[in-house]
Amino acid sequence: MVKRRVIPCLDVAGGRVVKGVNFVGLRDVGEPIELATRYSELGADELVFLDITATVEARRPMLELIERSAEELTIPFTVGGGVTGLEDARSLLRAGADKVAVNRAAFEEPSMLTALADEFGAQAVVCAIDARVANGGYEVVTHGGRTPRGRDAVDWAREAVERGAGELLVTSIDADGTRAGYDLVLTAAVANAVGVPVIASGGAGHAAHMAEAYASGAEAALIASIVHERPERLPELKAELQELGWNVRI
Amino acid sequence: MSAEAGLLVVLADYGAGNMRSVCSAIRRAGAEPLVSVDAAEVARAPLAVIAGVGHVASTTRGLAAGGLDEALRERVAAGRPTLGICVGMQVLFEGSEEGGSGLGLLAGPVRRLRARRVPHMGWNTLRLGRPSALLAGLDGADAYFAHSYAAEPVDVEVAAATVEHDGTIVAAVEAGSLAGVQFHPERSGAAGALVLRNAIRWARAA
Repeated sequence: MVKRRVIPCLDVAGGRVVKGVNFVGLRDVGEPIELATRYSELGADELVFLDITATVEARRPMLELIERSAEELTIPFTVGGGVTGLEDARSLLRAGADKVAVNRAAFEEPSMLTALADEFGAQAVVCAIDARVANGGYEVVTHGGRTPRGRDAVDWAREAVERGAGELLVTSIDADGTRAGYDLVLTAAVANAVGVPVIASGGAGHAAHMAEAYASGAEAALIASIVHERPERLPELKAELQELGWNVRI
Repeated sequence: MSAEAGLLVVLADYGAGNMRSVCSAIRRAGAEPLVSVDAAEVARAPLAVIAGVGHVASTTRGLAAGGLDEALRERVAAGRPTLGICVGMQVLFEGSEEGGSGLGLLAGPVRRLRARRVPHMGWNTLRLGRPSALLAGLDGADAYFAHSYAAEPVDVEVAAATVEHDGTIVAAVEAGSLAGVQFHPERSGAAGALVLRNAIRWARAA
């Protein structure tokens, strides 16, 4: 069987990897390619680069970063953050990203998922969904969680896959940054509703949290702060997951 | 230039976009990649690579538009080493359930995967069914997959490696001078690098 994945996520602003809580107090943590290569050497299965500035003027350094990553990395990587439409997604994929993650633009214009899947194949199209607990269920939110969109997250997940998304990156805004564990109810609800791989995101504090996400149906666990502080934590996490009985790549 | 350096590897360019990562991996493996739209170059290179993305139908269409389909047929008929990667492997076969037909160089259909989760996405363990030039040293190695369709060779001997994902998927094929890998060697770490070094050695020996 395909192995469960561990995916470090690098937030990029102005060509540097940054770290902050809710986009506040951004701190420079390094050069993207250097950090990405380090994670690759330490056993990351894949990487996500999230362009958190995502303004027009920041796009050029991002494309250069993708071109260099395509040349230097030997593991796959997804690029997301502020992808506004089809042309935007196309330029990231043409620059060498293996997959593109689309969030708000896809929510507002779901047909772009179909257009992207038709051109690049569903395996290159990740739909990112941010959700938070509301009215006994989960509501889609955008703008880093600040804007509720009045739509059930599981319902949107189902439609996104029908439209062409080949993978879902599901982030719990409630759990994000807490290190108290992924939102397992959200993860399970989405994983049970769709037949594509689901990446759980938001809340990872240690290996047991990642194991819980896998047990809830996630194929992959996104991690950030726990490895940014100490990259050597990555192989330890994988060894711990293996000890917990999960089939991970060592 | 030593005899061991600079084998020319031509990537058939049919307008589907990015080959940066494949070129870079070929360079790391010690050969000289060249992305080409030129049918004569594709027909005669010591090693030709079809790095497909998207669909079999659009790949075949793209190859046909530039006459690269005939160039590939010519080189295969002449026994020159040819390697398909991902959709580039699928396109070596006949019709696809996704629509469109492939080059028909190998017998068998391309079918949609029947698994709980499709695409088959991530690292999976290669099982070698028989000795293979391309996959020497890779039995039990993990490679990176990202696909929703897979080739089903009529001749089971063509399958050089398989993986399990709610059933058996053909992960690599090898038949004379024709080979294909369903996974992405350029995205499969050290295992992928070994596949490309094997392919280059295989092409030199041809």
